[in-house]
Amino acid sequence: MRAVLAATLAALLGAPAAAHAGAPPIVRPVGESQLSPAQLGEQLYAGNCLRCHGIAGRGSTTGLSSGVAGPPLRGVGARAADFYLRTGYMPLDDAHDQPIRRRPQLDAKERAAVVGYIASLGDGPPVPRPEPGRGDVAEGRELFTDHCAGCHQVAAEGGILTGAKAPPLDRASPTEVAEAVRIGPYVMPAFSERDISDDELDSLIAYVQYAKHPEDAGGWGINHLGPFPEGMVTWFAAMVVLVGTCVAIGRRGVRR
Amino acid sequence: MRFLRRLVGLFVAARTVRELARRPDEEPRIVEPGEPDPRAEAAVIVLLLLAAAAAVLFVVAYALEWSTQVLGGALGASLALVAAALLVVGARLVVTEELAEEYPRTGTPEEQDAVARIVRESGSRFTRKRLLGAAAATAGGALGAALVTPALSLGPALDTSQLNETPWRRGLRLVDRDGRPYTAQDIEDAFYTAFPEGADPKAIGSPIVLVRLDPGELRLPRGRERWAPDGIVAYSKICTHAGCAVALYRNPKFEPAQPDRALVCPCHYSTFDVATGGTVLFGPAGRPLPQLPLMVDAGGDMRAAGGFSGPVGPSWWGVRSS
Repeated sequence: MRAVLAATLAALLGAPAAAHAGAPPIVRPVGESQLSPAQLGEQLYAGNCLRCHGIAGRGSTTGLSSGVAGPPLRGVGARAADFYLRTGYMPLDDAHDQPIRRRPQLDAKERAAVVGYIASLGDGPPVPRPEPGRGDVAEGRELFTDHCAGCHQVAAEGGILTGAKAPPLDRASPTEVAEAVRIGPYVMPAFSERDISDDELDSLIAYVQYAKHPEDAGGWGINHLGPFPEGMVTWFAAMVVLVGTCVAIGRRGVRR
Repeated sequence: MRFLRRLVGLFVAARTVRELARRPDEEPRIVEPGEPDPRAEAAVIVLLLLAAAAAVLFVVAYALEWSTQVLGGALGASLALVAAALLVVGARLVVTEELAEEYPRTGTPEEQDAVARIVRESGSRFTRKRLLGAAAATAGGALGAALVTPALSLGPALDTSQLNETPWRRGLRLVDRDGRPYTAQDIEDAFYTAFPEGADPKAIGSPIVLVRLDPGELRLPRGRERWAPDGIVAYSKICTHAGCAVALYRNPKFEPAQPDRALVCPCHYSTFDVATGGTVLFGPAGRPLPQLPLMVDAGGDMRAAGGFSGPVGPSWWGVRSS
């Protein structure tokens, strides 16, 4: 019995810990500063990515049962490589885990080198350059409601779908949002320009930026958790008024 | 003769009942008689009738689809007016006295009788009992009607055949929110919401989701082999559990290690398999998402090839589970 309890406790406590521990240590080449960007990119790829994504980005499913497997990277371009490294999603410990946002595992120079190497593997899209300043927040909110809010919630606070989590967007930079919309990381659908044009994307990003610090017209936003907590607060306020009224009525009767 | 005797018996019985009913007046009172207060009584009657009027306003506002502020205000006002009437009754009309002794246990018939008399005699300040009773009944009836009215919106009670109707017909084009038709090339890796051309997009049977799968991945039920041209499948966007919009699409980028392709409803996480005809993988939904057969015309536009595979939306009586 005690063993079962201990195992349960370990599973409960260990699960979130494991989810955060999921970054393998980075293997860095010797004499990193002397290498050209192309050499550095290739060597960092060999040390940290090749195990799952295969030689020259051909992908691999052979080690699937132990979580050592990954999709091919030929033709994904600088866009996807930049997104996954910039957000700290990669490298990932186990291919079955959902990648989560972490501190980037590689510094800016290393990232640029690996992104350059992966972009050289095939013909792929470049890193996008969104201009949210040209977008319209109101239009962006409509687009976000249509395309994104089902999973990420209209306040961009993130949410849950069966078997996966939709991350909150409070730390997503404009470039990351632009990349994610076109790539569709993990189980997110990818949106083509027919769905969301580049101009619309600017508006969408303008809304995501706005949603980081929304104007709470009513005052306290209660962490934008939605109607349930707001209703609770209303109830507690109403409850005090109702109880106070009852007490006032009762007291008057006694005095007479 | 027998009939006459019965009539006399009935007459005597009626007299006795009346005597019994009158008896309390002849005994000494328990509660001091109170002064009638016609103004307070009039106030109570007015308040109750106002409560009834507010409740009627709620019904009218509901029927005419006025704003929810009016609905809430009317119902709140009605309840507040009833409360005010009760406050006036308690403060001004019921005879009050202070009791220093402990409450006796009311066990025997005599004691119960005494309690009944206390209640009756406490009402000695009421002079227009019938009018008050009528006002209270009006307020109660109107308030009850106001509370029951919204139930009419739950749906058709008797004739459910209209729930089976959808705007989809063979040959109708699939259009987006702005009315632009979808071509087969438009459908890429994302998921798309489409509506029947020229029909009311807000009808429960209108919205569908479109996704493109690898044709080799499809495992549709028998008889639906030709429903998915180029691997494009269409399902009703209305969840079969509680009628929410199925707004989540799980679309793995690395299929061997990630959750399978599925449509997920954000309300209660009913999860539907897009490859097998909308079967339920997880969650409270009791039957598959209805599938819409598709075809691609000569110009490349997407068109419906018929009606849905089953009834759209949450289940009602008369809907079988599959």
